[in-house]
Amino acid sequence: MPGFRHMLLRDLRLACRQGVDAFMAVAFFIVAGALFPLGVGPEPGVLARIAGGVIWVNALLAVLLSLDRLFQQDYEDGSLDLLVLSPAPLEVTVIAKTAAHWLTTGLPLIAASPLLAVLLNLPAAAYPVLLAAMAIGTPSLSLIGAVGAALSLGARRGGVLMSLLVLPLYIPILIFGVAAVDAAAMGLSARPHLLLLGAILAAALPLAPWAAAAALRQATE
Amino acid sequence: MPDCLTGQDLSCIRGERLVFSGLSFRLDAGGALVLRGPNGSGKSSLLRLVAGLARPAAGAVAWNGRDIAADRAAHCARLAYVGHADAVKPALTVTENLAFWAGLRGDSGDVAHALARLGLDRHAQVAGRFLSSGERRRLALAQLGACRARLWLLDEPAVGLDRAAQAILEDMIAAHRREGGMVALSTHTEIALGEADSLDLAAFTVARPALEAEDA
Repeated sequence: MPGFRHMLLRDLRLACRQGVDAFMAVAFFIVAGALFPLGVGPEPGVLARIAGGVIWVNALLAVLLSLDRLFQQDYEDGSLDLLVLSPAPLEVTVIAKTAAHWLTTGLPLIAASPLLAVLLNLPAAAYPVLLAAMAIGTPSLSLIGAVGAALSLGARRGGVLMSLLVLPLYIPILIFGVAAVDAAAMGLSARPHLLLLGAILAAALPLAPWAAAAALRQATE
Repeated sequence: MPDCLTGQDLSCIRGERLVFSGLSFRLDAGGALVLRGPNGSGKSSLLRLVAGLARPAAGAVAWNGRDIAADRAAHCARLAYVGHADAVKPALTVTENLAFWAGLRGDSGDVAHALARLGLDRHAQVAGRFLSSGERRRLALAQLGACRARLWLLDEPAVGLDRAAQAILEDMIAAHRREGGMVALSTHTEIALGEADSLDLAAFTVARPALEAEDA
């Protein structure tokens, strides 16, 4: 698929040249997470108890912050018209853009999550599961986020609208992501929760690009 | 059989407003169609209908008698659209900008040649953010040279161009038409096209007393 490769490489190149954007999401993730020990107090037991939830909520919000990067600039500078008009299927273009978004947002978040886990005193046994859950869960965040980002194009206060659209859809990912980490921390099997995260990804992978492409066609009309 | 593009009894609604209705046109191979009319008469909207970005409220645009909505991919492959916005990424160089659009279409042949044609070869490695508005416009028009599209849809292509660039654009259009290509463009200034059909959208505009009173 030459269209997929071109789109992916362009967005990665843009993200590298405008490195601050991608860095912001990770910086937010860490800084916001570091507030919790200060706010809740340094009691290790309490922090360990809430670590999984704090990491996941911060990941959700960090992804949300970075979503406007996905289509907004292309919409404003006229690129989106040309993307819709390109012979490559728009769904493939959306998958490529979402993949670029995940590589520049989701992947750095996964890499930074052990740091946050240390700050929050997450039990050592839960680290592998945390990484696995993030690896399966964050692509879904990008995919579902793409639908919200596409739907809110052209709306006034689009960012707020996008949060309202996307956050409710993130709830299942949050629940199973936290459940996996908590299960591992308590010495239980995290397998069912990871499988459910995988199921969400398996559903989002075909459905979200299709829905986002339809929303993009609507936005350019 | 030579190709032809037709619009049959088109109506367009923007927002809640009927912009034009009952509009028909025909564009044959090697032909040019110039859209004229005052601001808000629907020139850009018509070009977007023809591109397939928007759907007509009534009527149909057809290629060789077949509705373009029936096979969008084929229609996209045969057209090149240059809209109001230049679609130039500030962070990419001139060459990267053009190579991306040409590559996405699958025919990444003559990027360097297309840039040279519009006098952008000197700026090939310059980032888009350092281009003037006229140079950005040239870069947008360079897409036409970098891809082999039969149908060019140009929305106010001469805006921001200097005299030399406009002459290049006129040459490109003439060469494109000699090879059997089609051009539909909207303009307020004079662009020398030789023999061309003119379509005045004011004739199809639905009367808008309130707005016309404001204009007067």
